[in-house]
Amino acid sequence: MKEEQAVLLYILKRVLSAISVVIVTLVASFALFFFAPTDPAGVICGPRCTPERVADIEASLGLDQPKVEQIALYMKGIVVGREYSTGGVVRHCDAPCLGYSYTLGQPVTKLIGAALPVTVSIVLGGAVVYLIVGILSGTIAAQVRGTSLDRFVVGTTLVVQAIPYFVFALLIALYATFLPDSGYHPFLDNPLLWASGLLAAWLTIGVTNAASYTRYSRASMIEALGQDFVRTATSKGISRRRVVYRHGLRAGLTPVVTIFGIDLAFQLTGAIFTESIFNLPGLGLLTLRAFGQYDLPVLMGGVLIGSAVLVVMNLVVDIVYTFLDPRVRLG
Amino acid sequence: MSDQTTGVPQTVSRAPREAATGEEAYLEVTDLQVQFPTADGLVRAVQGLSYSVPLRRTLAIVGESGSGKSVSSMAVLGLHDRRVARITGSIKVGGREIVNMSDKDLEGFRGGDAAMIFQDPQSSLHPYFTVGNQIMESYRAHNNVSKRVAKARAIDMLGRVGIPNPSRRVDQYPHEFSGGMRQRAMIAMALVNDPKLLIADEPTTALDVTVQAQILDLIADLQRDFGSAVVFITHDLGVVAEIADDILVMYAGTAVEHGPVNKILGEPLHPYAWGLLESIPALTGEPQPLHPIPGSPPSLLAVPSGCPFHPRCEFKDRVPDDWCTTLRPDLIPRTADLGRTSRCHLKDPDKIFETEVLPRLP
Repeated sequence: MKEEQAVLLYILKRVLSAISVVIVTLVASFALFFFAPTDPAGVICGPRCTPERVADIEASLGLDQPKVEQIALYMKGIVVGREYSTGGVVRHCDAPCLGYSYTLGQPVTKLIGAALPVTVSIVLGGAVVYLIVGILSGTIAAQVRGTSLDRFVVGTTLVVQAIPYFVFALLIALYATFLPDSGYHPFLDNPLLWASGLLAAWLTIGVTNAASYTRYSRASMIEALGQDFVRTATSKGISRRRVVYRHGLRAGLTPVVTIFGIDLAFQLTGAIFTESIFNLPGLGLLTLRAFGQYDLPVLMGGVLIGSAVLVVMNLVVDIVYTFLDPRVRLG
Repeated sequence: MSDQTTGVPQTVSRAPREAATGEEAYLEVTDLQVQFPTADGLVRAVQGLSYSVPLRRTLAIVGESGSGKSVSSMAVLGLHDRRVARITGSIKVGGREIVNMSDKDLEGFRGGDAAMIFQDPQSSLHPYFTVGNQIMESYRAHNNVSKRVAKARAIDMLGRVGIPNPSRRVDQYPHEFSGGMRQRAMIAMALVNDPKLLIADEPTTALDVTVQAQILDLIADLQRDFGSAVVFITHDLGVVAEIADDILVMYAGTAVEHGPVNKILGEPLHPYAWGLLESIPALTGEPQPLHPIPGSPPSLLAVPSGCPFHPRCEFKDRVPDDWCTTLRPDLIPRTADLGRTSRCHLKDPDKIFETEVLPRLP
């Protein structure tokens, strides 16, 4: 009982600190954007702009208010929702209100809500591929270390890693015509179509990232297989496969899991190349477009998601680690 | 092993154990050679090692680091990677040839007929699995029983090795045990299948001296109960005196003396053993400077020709011609006592020991 309470308390502490990290990131990004030489109102206004029109737009978007008030309003919006007046119409934005896109004319929450599942589908599907391929090939290479098979595996990873990602993606998009057309179809509508539309992206992400995971796993497994407890396991007379995959892999996997957790966090903030090349409207494309158009609310939304995901994944990795290694206790 | 009245099963499917003749060798090593080809050259870890151990006897293999004692013992269990190690010679356990045995047969052999306990129980037990799990795994690898039965057996073994509260301890992880208890747990794991041969590779080196005594007693008791042959590897002559029946002294990958413990320790016949005895510090009397053996053990990449000990031997001049540098002595009886062997060209080692070495000892 005591143990579980301690764990919950720890998680609570981490969540609170996570929230404060996210808030600080938000405020910092806010400040950065506002002290940058951008002019959102001017962009919306268009080429034939007059100072009066710009002032009007700024007023309706709340850009003429003090910066501190703007941040406060933004935070309030996240928690309880707020009102927006654009073009004379007052819209109510429900919590969590992440703002209103200047250029797309939609609540940011809705935009992110549509883009996030796409990115998540891409990333998770790709992760399944590269984890399986990477860890398996790394483990096999570690067992036959020094032989020509091992050198072949390592050599292949070097070649794959040397090719820039977008080149790989383009090659697949152009020449792997046997793959189904890529595009996003919601999972709930038609799971099969959803999967076939993402296949090319999964393959690309899978193959390119597998190279790194092969290397991580190989190094980690070489070390794990050299440990005393593997020698003990062998001396007990259990099968070689069991020694490698149960005794060796359990130990060798923990560093790889840590890397994967952080890797995943970064990938979830948007796979820009993949989304553009394979025409998948995810977070990457959303934030990229917002950059070009100085669409601050969307960018802020992207930053919020990105920092939240990173912080949460850190916590998840720490928790998963305690399940893997009984010597590690939280806090 | 006596039957348990509590319903805990004995190891199943084993041929009835014959009464030990006591003299028939259970482990027989003949001219064992273990070499490792490396980028720097050929490492001759073990050169021409021969010995035998009957059931119910304990052989202590003594040597410094790099003498080949651990390498030779790992070869007995077939633990060397055959792609990396070159092994020739013969190792027979219970009549079965271990060298070049197939992997499948080796798996049945290891942990079943023969088991090994290692030096550092902290690193030798898997940190992620419970102690009970690891013991059960060994049991179920050799016996077709359910998890429940295996767990009962694990608890029984933990109790046998003197771990208090075994039914609670069985679900704990190695890091929750103290050093001595970890070693006991490893012993339990090694003995769970009633192996007839137990190899203990420096099992007490990593432990406190007080715990060491307990572990030695435990091994001796278990040997009595199980009737197994024990090979005890150590560099500690004090431990040898306590628990061994026979002793084999190794130097530079080869045996230099072999025989019953009282004789070898009481009246050694090899200059290396003499050097070892002389280097033991005196515990009484005036403080004296220490007398180590001059020089250091040879690299196994370049073992000296002839007798491997000759660069450090002060009795070279007693041997005619240059036998010591050119001719490797055989491991044969060197005195009228045929029960002990030594690898040295000296003609009357017992006389030399009595007249020159013994007076020098504290």
